[in-house]
Amino acid sequence: MIREITAETEKRQRAAQRVAFALLAMSTLSAFLALGAILYTMFANGAEAISWQFLTEFPRKLMTEGGIYPALVGSFYLTAGALFLALPFAIASAIWLSEYSRGGLWVRVIRVGVNSLAGVPSIVFGLLGLAFFVKVLGFGVSVVSGALTLALLILPILIRAGEEALQAVPMSFREGALALGATQWHAVRTVVLPSAIPGILTGAILGISRAIGETAPIMFTAAAFYMSRLPETLSDKVMALPYHIFVMATESPNYWKTRDLQFGAALALLGMVLLMNLGAVVWRARVRRRKQW
Amino acid sequence: MRKAGARGLLAMLRERWDRPLFFSLACASLVALGLILFFIFREAAPVLREIGLGGFFGRVWNPAGEPVSYGALPMIVGSALVTLAALLVAVPLGFAAAAFIAEVAPRWMKDVAKSVLELLAGVPSVIYGFFGLMIVAPALQNAFNLATGRTALTASVILAIMALPTIASLAEDALTAVPNAYREASMALGATRWQTIRNVTFPAAFSGLIGASILGMGRAVGETMAVLMVAGNAPQIVASLLKPVRTLTGAIALEMGETALGSTHYHALFALGVVLLVITLATNGAAEWFRGRLARKHGR
Amino acid sequence: MVAEATATARVRSLDATRAWLERNLHSTSILDVERFSFYYGKEQALRDVTLGIPLDGVTAIMGPSGCGKSTLLRAFNRMNELYPATRAEGTIRFLGQDLLKADPVAVRRHIGMVFQRPNPFPKSIFDNVAFGPRVHGERGRARLAELVEESLRRAALWDEVKDHLKKSALSLSGGQQQRLCIARALAVRPSVLLMDEPCSALDPKATDRIEATTRELAQELTVVIVTHNLQQAGRISDHVAVLLAGGVLAEFGPTKAVFADPSCDQVADYLCGRFG
Repeated sequence: MIREITAETEKRQRAAQRVAFALLAMSTLSAFLALGAILYTMFANGAEAISWQFLTEFPRKLMTEGGIYPALVGSFYLTAGALFLALPFAIASAIWLSEYSRGGLWVRVIRVGVNSLAGVPSIVFGLLGLAFFVKVLGFGVSVVSGALTLALLILPILIRAGEEALQAVPMSFREGALALGATQWHAVRTVVLPSAIPGILTGAILGISRAIGETAPIMFTAAAFYMSRLPETLSDKVMALPYHIFVMATESPNYWKTRDLQFGAALALLGMVLLMNLGAVVWRARVRRRKQW
Repeated sequence: MRKAGARGLLAMLRERWDRPLFFSLACASLVALGLILFFIFREAAPVLREIGLGGFFGRVWNPAGEPVSYGALPMIVGSALVTLAALLVAVPLGFAAAAFIAEVAPRWMKDVAKSVLELLAGVPSVIYGFFGLMIVAPALQNAFNLATGRTALTASVILAIMALPTIASLAEDALTAVPNAYREASMALGATRWQTIRNVTFPAAFSGLIGASILGMGRAVGETMAVLMVAGNAPQIVASLLKPVRTLTGAIALEMGETALGSTHYHALFALGVVLLVITLATNGAAEWFRGRLARKHGR
Repeated sequence: MVAEATATARVRSLDATRAWLERNLHSTSILDVERFSFYYGKEQALRDVTLGIPLDGVTAIMGPSGCGKSTLLRAFNRMNELYPATRAEGTIRFLGQDLLKADPVAVRRHIGMVFQRPNPFPKSIFDNVAFGPRVHGERGRARLAELVEESLRRAALWDEVKDHLKKSALSLSGGQQQRLCIARALAVRPSVLLMDEPCSALDPKATDRIEATTRELAQELTVVIVTHNLQQAGRISDHVAVLLAGGVLAEFGPTKAVFADPSCDQVADYLCGRFG
């Protein structure tokens, strides 16, 4: 006969499960704690520094006073430029992968390309930007070079988001359009793409929030330590918020004097990025819930 | 046909050319990857002539010294040390969190936890670096009574936090991909949920979990800003986590700004980029393979 | 807790359990379902079902698709509640004790299940069969080997696999996999074996073998089988319960009697519709 499961064995197994689940829960909690600690630190130390002046003033006195205005504007230029450059390619790629490709070698090759690109470290994008955009194409250290570099960086993110959004459109929509004699392009343009727009926009927001926080790719391609004016042409250098935080934190001459400014800048960046991400997450959840097709 | 004629030649062209147009635009990411490979290798190539492979894999990195030396080993060891130490924490923690989210947590908690992971993954690396510099480094300096808080350990702690969401959410995918039939079979035999997770779900998801860890490793090796800010950046081969180290990414970020375009130093930094690129592409490929194996095994 | 009565059932033969049932409960039903209703969210899958599964023989649960027959079967080992937003009303008694209030893990250790599609673990044949005993704390190698052999013999699979127990279970044919799943369930030594359309994914020959095995097993334990196949129900079951759309129990009784003279028109229609 099989050994009977005694009450004691049952009790032990139940206790083991309780302990195990508690450990699993605590591990999950560690992610919450990490996020909480970062948020708390930035808010507790940076909230006071943030004011209208801080956001709209130039740095003064060797960046020991004043605000982050040019860094904000610079980051906006770089990010907007990157999105503007990458989005058309990304949407087209997603449309081809999701709507036109019929499996086969090229799909695999392109997918490998997208996945590999997503795995390339951001500093390597910076190296490419330096070697190609700055040096070979002669754009110099400039807004253009930085935006191009960031565009390559967010390309795979946008493609994946776009493809996911297109895949979420049910097959019946396409079949409906095609059965009425619409061409493929007509079906995509009038039926598939409009249904996928919310998903694509979510992806765009995630792309922006990624681009705005990246430092390594713009270090040698666009970013300036300090500028007394905003960039006037696309071939000017710019200040950028993440790079500003980096140089303040590592090269600031007087730590205590600039501590508040540093936390303020960090909070500004973190706040922007998290709000965008949170918005995208919440919006995506709502879109998914509403569209019960 | 008549309709197409009425819409004009332009419309017809547009209808006929959509496929090749989208296809060529879809090749953009291939072009980007090609550019990266071409230029990084091209700019690194002179290293072979000017330093030689033996010199490049030497033990001393001293671009400004007498004699000048471009040995990359300190950075390779530094990256490996920091990454492995980070994974030692992030992998078990990530698997555990994944198991909790995929198998234990009720629906609402699952959604909240996944959102938190997503937000954590979205925090810019410069913020992690800043947090490490301001909070973690001083804390570790006090705790271990060190001369500086910027050490391999500090970098590992920060990297562990950064790798956690990647590993946890990929591991969660792997666990979720395990067919429910396995869970049902196990539960129907009277296994507890924990026994089911340990004896059935985890083994069945094994290759996916490996893939998640490898991808986390690739991310950690390639991470730049956070590591640059807290690792201390001393180009030395160390045996202790409590010493400052310089990583591959750190060396590039730190030194590229100070070097003349086209100098030997410049080429040597690109060669570090090649090492980095090879490591990350290899880990990426391996991770994809493992994750694909999981999908193939369970017929999806 | 189910422990005391089932411990008795487990170590004793069917005869002993029958005696125990008659003495203590004055009944011959091992599972007593009383006014049982079940909901998936707002949808009601079972409506006020009352029946007693006899200790002896094979009981078949039949009905058109979507009538809740699998839900009823899965209520017996509390598998329904693995999924969110489910709710049960009424009682099910197993050897006189309320199943719905017991620990589901303990319940499943006494009531085994075989699923619609063969679902062996991606492990070796041996490890599949040994899984149950192992999670219940059996560690002895010799004891496990003995149990594995015994279970595989009872499932009529031993002769085919005895020389390659270390091979992956996924290398077996569909019919063999299903018999492996039966052996896996038997290794826990359940008092009741639930079978959820165990042959629906198999070819006729494999189906024959499973049916023969099932008849054999009914000599030693209680079998409850869900099937949509009337011939199969006629061949292997001693009692049959017919559920109709909406989860209403329309008919329950000895198979021969039900098939010969269905008590209501709807059941007759169902039976005739199928026989053509």
